[in-house]
Amino acid sequence: MSEHWPIIRMTLNGVDRSVQTPPMKRLLDVLREDLRLTGTKEGCGEGECGSCSVRMDGELVNSCLVPVLQAEGAVIQTVEGLAANDKLHPLQEAFLKCGGAQCGICTPGMLMAAAQLIERNPHPGMAEIREGLAGNLCRCTGFMRIFESVIAAAAEAPESAMERVPNAR
Amino acid sequence: MSTTATTRIVGAPVPRKEGVDKLVGRAQYVDDIERDGMWHGATVRSTIPRGIIRSVSFDPCIDWSEFTIVTAADVPGKNHIQLIVADQPCLAEGQVNHCDEAILLLAHPDKHKLLDAVRAVKIEYDPLPAVLSIEESEKQDPVILGEDNIIKSFLLEKGDVDSVWATAAHIVEGEYRTGAQEHLYIENNGMIAEWSAENGITVWGSLQCPYYVHKTLRAVFDLPDEKVRVIQTETGGAFGGKEDYPSTLGAHAGLLAMKSGHVVKMIYDRMEDLAATTKRHPSRVRHRTAVDKDGKLLAMEIDLATDGGAYSTLSSTVLSRATLHSCGPYVCPNIRVSSHAWATNTIPYGAFRGFGAPQAIFAIERHMDEIAAVLGIDPVELRRRNFLHDGDRNLTDQLMREPVILDQLLDHALAESDYFAKRERYARENAASAVKRGIGIAAFYHGSGFTGSGELYLNSLAGVDVTADGKVRVLVSNTEFGQGTNTILTQIAAEALNLDFSDVMMAPADTAHIPNSGPTVASRTSMVVGRLVERASLQLITMLREYAGLGEHPAREEFFAACERYRATHGKVESLCRYEAPPGIYWDDKKYHGEAYPAYAWAIYVAQVVVDTVTYSAEVEDFWAVQEVGRVLHPVLAKGQIEGGVAQGIGYALYEKVVWQNGHMANNQMTNYIMPTAADVPPIHVFFEEIPFRYGGYGAKGIGELPHDGPAPAILNAIRDATGVEFDTIPLLPEDLFTQLSALQAPAQRVHPPAVEPAVL
Repeated sequence: MSEHWPIIRMTLNGVDRSVQTPPMKRLLDVLREDLRLTGTKEGCGEGECGSCSVRMDGELVNSCLVPVLQAEGAVIQTVEGLAANDKLHPLQEAFLKCGGAQCGICTPGMLMAAAQLIERNPHPGMAEIREGLAGNLCRCTGFMRIFESVIAAAAEAPESAMERVPNAR
Repeated sequence: MSTTATTRIVGAPVPRKEGVDKLVGRAQYVDDIERDGMWHGATVRSTIPRGIIRSVSFDPCIDWSEFTIVTAADVPGKNHIQLIVADQPCLAEGQVNHCDEAILLLAHPDKHKLLDAVRAVKIEYDPLPAVLSIEESEKQDPVILGEDNIIKSFLLEKGDVDSVWATAAHIVEGEYRTGAQEHLYIENNGMIAEWSAENGITVWGSLQCPYYVHKTLRAVFDLPDEKVRVIQTETGGAFGGKEDYPSTLGAHAGLLAMKSGHVVKMIYDRMEDLAATTKRHPSRVRHRTAVDKDGKLLAMEIDLATDGGAYSTLSSTVLSRATLHSCGPYVCPNIRVSSHAWATNTIPYGAFRGFGAPQAIFAIERHMDEIAAVLGIDPVELRRRNFLHDGDRNLTDQLMREPVILDQLLDHALAESDYFAKRERYARENAASAVKRGIGIAAFYHGSGFTGSGELYLNSLAGVDVTADGKVRVLVSNTEFGQGTNTILTQIAAEALNLDFSDVMMAPADTAHIPNSGPTVASRTSMVVGRLVERASLQLITMLREYAGLGEHPAREEFFAACERYRATHGKVESLCRYEAPPGIYWDDKKYHGEAYPAYAWAIYVAQVVVDTVTYSAEVEDFWAVQEVGRVLHPVLAKGQIEGGVAQGIGYALYEKVVWQNGHMANNQMTNYIMPTAADVPPIHVFFEEIPFRYGGYGAKGIGELPHDGPAPAILNAIRDATGVEFDTIPLLPEDLFTQLSALQAPAQRVHPPAVEPAVL
């Protein structure tokens, strides 16, 4: 650790965290190495596969493309922050039931993309699901079980969720 | 045997055993594991396809004293990675035979220092002429492997092909080609190794076959069995791509650990994984077929060639499976299949879901449509007239003893897809439209388990034990990498032992604790290993009845109480069973004659495509997959296997192209090696007909590879239906459609795209 490195502060899965680290280090590496949250995965390192997807200030980002200095003051959610008090998130329940996770390596990123999708659009149509997940590659499922999982989770989503998000369709 | 009995857990959609760990981010993949004082490893690779290594020098800009450097001279045992033949060096020695071949290894405590260090190792070569295609290898000049560049060849003969040609109503010839395909598991290859004089070598990694890695490490480190330990970590996809390569990477990480004295982690990034690890064998298959006036197959002559790459690895067994699947699920009295795996100076091609069958099935199923076109009959009708049925014999003269329900599968697929109505409608509508639709089918079977005597040679041992804290564990070396091994094997044990699903868990995939139940390949886990777990579970009940007073229909508590009584007298509660072949299995490995596989899975796939003759895009709009895979052990996992395989098959047909530049994969990034995304895959409709196979685990046959066999030919048959043009090479990209279609279009219809550089680089 170098004293020349800046201290980056962020709210991570609801907890204030700070880390002294090179400012251009990828957010992905800071999460995995500095903060030991290894749920977020690297698949390609160039923003193509979406395995490293996390939510940052309400947007879905590829954490392999975000230098950590951009995360200063940000609110970040990773897969470890999806379940609340050991209760699985409805998406996690749906993935378990519908077979949305096979090898599991794309799953954390896929869950974050799906969470982003149904929070903005609690009852998405198939075209919207396909578009919402198009940045997250899964090599195991052929996506059918994932689509079914998102539909099942969306069916559980209360209509009021739409009101929480101003730009929800 | 309980294949027809009602089951409680087998066949039920129980939650995936390790599902929650994967969903909350708790599952530990190899790169998630940190060890105190751990170093990191990297690989220096060849940059030319073939040549003599003249010198290796180290740029003084790097302080090399901080690094551990390993070369072939550091290998304590045999410097080879032996899958079948010992021709592949662990580290190149004197000569390189393909681009991206490992020459030298580096380790350092700071992984960020490795990239510059790898670049600072300068290797000079005296280049040798390289062989980069099947056709160049066939010339045998230069000879790069053995005496003739042939890794393996087979000649399979049935009847008398040559007696038929003169009198046949029609002779139809065709040549079909398939390209390399990358597995593109989302988790790249990775290994951690630890060495000590006392304990020998231990590796943790992303892998399919712990005992394959074990065998390699024994040879490379010259160690006895007990000083080699292989532990599988959670594995993020494999598809055959982690069948053989982990042996190489495990040895590399181990060598660095031994020399450095530290735990060493080696994780490939995507570019290295794509450039340096195995892919699906490219193929070229030539068919010459004689048929009578009604389309009955009279003679099939098949010349099948694969590109095996620079070393033998698994090419001989891939060629074997390709050969055995080359005639499709049809009856033909006269057959000659001549097949060769050719050496080239590219990375060794390896196992990939289907293992040669997708290549062979692409050829025969495309060819069947061309035969139908010559005869002027519907491709469906041609197939129906030639299907294998129970009591028929296939190309190896294997008697079809089990029920064959191809006609029923076909009827189901035709009805679900509304095949004939669409075929008629598209024929009517396409003429007036630039956007053309088509529908095509493929009929196929896939042999479950190892070929011929393979399962006997494997001699698998598997079982169950009961721990002191009251858990049943499944003892197998078969691994989970997404397919559902953990879930189906624990279902089987729980079912047979009359316990709850939650009472049974998998023993850790650690060679120190599990028997060798063979590799997790060849669609063998459900059928072969599942059956072993079922037998071992039933045997445990017998043991407990005999020695621990277990009564009939015991409650769960009584079962565990009996286990404790057994433990008190026998020390441990363990039941193991060894593989036994189904009765009547006979196989002649020299003549390729007899029972090639104990069972076959059967399928009819239908693809509906849309081809835009202005933009030259081809897309799959809808897809139906109807199959018989024996008993379906888990309805959700089984569907997931089929859908995932179909999506990979769609990629194989229309998206995934490995671009080679002087033997190096030029598009070794996810940016330019394109797989189907959520936006690209069509709806995939999956249907199972269940006929329990009495020698499989609770009636199961193989399922995992089958779905990769059918999509590519069904899709290209549909494109032929849409366009009237024969396309015989995959991948079929828009530029390929453009080249062939625009040559046939009147000049006024052509749309000329602007000249651009190829997008791959």
